[in-house]
Amino acid sequence: MVSQFAAVAIFLVIGVGFVLFTFLLSKLIRPSAPNPVKLSTYECGESPVGSGWIQFNVRFYIFCLIFVIFDVEVVFLFPWAMVFQSLGMFAFVEMLVFIAILMFGLFYAWRKGLLRWY
Amino acid sequence: MFELDKLVQAIGRLIESAVTALGLGPTWVTIIQLAIATVVVVAFASLLVLFFVWWERKISARIQLRLGPMRVGWHGILQTIADAVKLLQKEDITPAAVDRGVYFWAPIVVFVAALAVYVTVPFGRGLIVSDLNIGVLYILAITTFTVIGLLMAGWSSNNKYSLLGGFRSAAQVVSYEVPMALAVLGVVMFAQSLSTVTIVAHQEKFYQWYVWRQPIGFLIFFVAATAECNRTPFDLPEADSEIVAGYSTEYSGMKFAMFFLAEFLSMFGASSVATILFFGGWHGPFLPSWIWFLIKTLVGVFILMWLRWTYPRLRVDQLMGFAWKFLLPLGFLNLIVTGFILLLVK
Repeated sequence: MVSQFAAVAIFLVIGVGFVLFTFLLSKLIRPSAPNPVKLSTYECGESPVGSGWIQFNVRFYIFCLIFVIFDVEVVFLFPWAMVFQSLGMFAFVEMLVFIAILMFGLFYAWRKGLLRWY
Repeated sequence: MFELDKLVQAIGRLIESAVTALGLGPTWVTIIQLAIATVVVVAFASLLVLFFVWWERKISARIQLRLGPMRVGWHGILQTIADAVKLLQKEDITPAAVDRGVYFWAPIVVFVAALAVYVTVPFGRGLIVSDLNIGVLYILAITTFTVIGLLMAGWSSNNKYSLLGGFRSAAQVVSYEVPMALAVLGVVMFAQSLSTVTIVAHQEKFYQWYVWRQPIGFLIFFVAATAECNRTPFDLPEADSEIVAGYSTEYSGMKFAMFFLAEFLSMFGASSVATILFFGGWHGPFLPSWIWFLIKTLVGVFILMWLRWTYPRLRVDQLMGFAWKFLLPLGFLNLIVTGFILLLVK
């Protein structure tokens, strides 16, 4: 089984190597003529106003938090789905209760307006 | 006839004998075999991406009643190579205010995350780099790494548009991860395995394809995969009129090309996974297995490209509402109904 994941490691290393090779090739060929205007931050042709690292709306954080909760739930669902056919009604009902509890959580978030983007 | 698995095995034995003749042990044999398999897959994926760029331009042109690239080679087929050579020569303008380390690695993270899906994709009978026993779970996990790359790109650019584009893109990809995982779970309940080779093996005949048993699961997966690839109608992060180029505003030259290529790679990856999960993988009569796989995957990619030029873009709140208020409950419903029916049948 280690060799299975060795394949992944080798794949990642060769993937990164491929991209770095392309960057190197580009670096050998391309020109380099920086001037202050080119090096300034892009703001549709105007001079940038204020810092680039603006305050962002908290809704991004809320969506990612809800994603983490449901992702962990999905991770729990994977082993259950794998052995589902060899388990009986009991396992199914048990997982149904688990999903129902989390669906209740989703419904609560929905009613509280956490899933609203605007 | 023309099956490639015998050829691949013969090459594997050749490498083994060559490496052992050099005096290296069995671990080195495995490493070199895997390295060569990886290089072949990466080269194949890259060539395919070059083809897709041309294909997208031709399809979009024909849908818009124009011709597209016609001059460079037969019907413009060498256009992508010309563009790639041009991009190689472009000056890499790195703005002064960026966070250099993160800025450099962001396109690499996005590209490698899109590329790493191909480790567990069976391109034909016996043509897989590594049949991980957690195949589809690995694919779902590695596609989430693109979110890190997008956030890195948006944040390091020190540009308001990039930051917002990166956040929006991350929020979108992350929201559609869960319905995609639920759709995959439906198939796993039938196949009782996460390994891609096993899931394909269960779908030998046309009537055994999982799309017939999980139609809603397929629709959920396809919609979620379109959103994962940031393709229209979900391509708000790239909407030129909205936020310039989103997270890739401050990128030029090859770094920009890497983002662009990563999108086509993830399109092909999503289509391959849909083929494996729902359309019988490489099974099919008469033609070699790898040709069937290519045909099915290219049809999926064609549909993705077709969608782009047919539907208008979804607004960001429609996009998020669709994922959380429709696809997610539908995914769970699909899972419960599948479980119930499987229980009744057994």
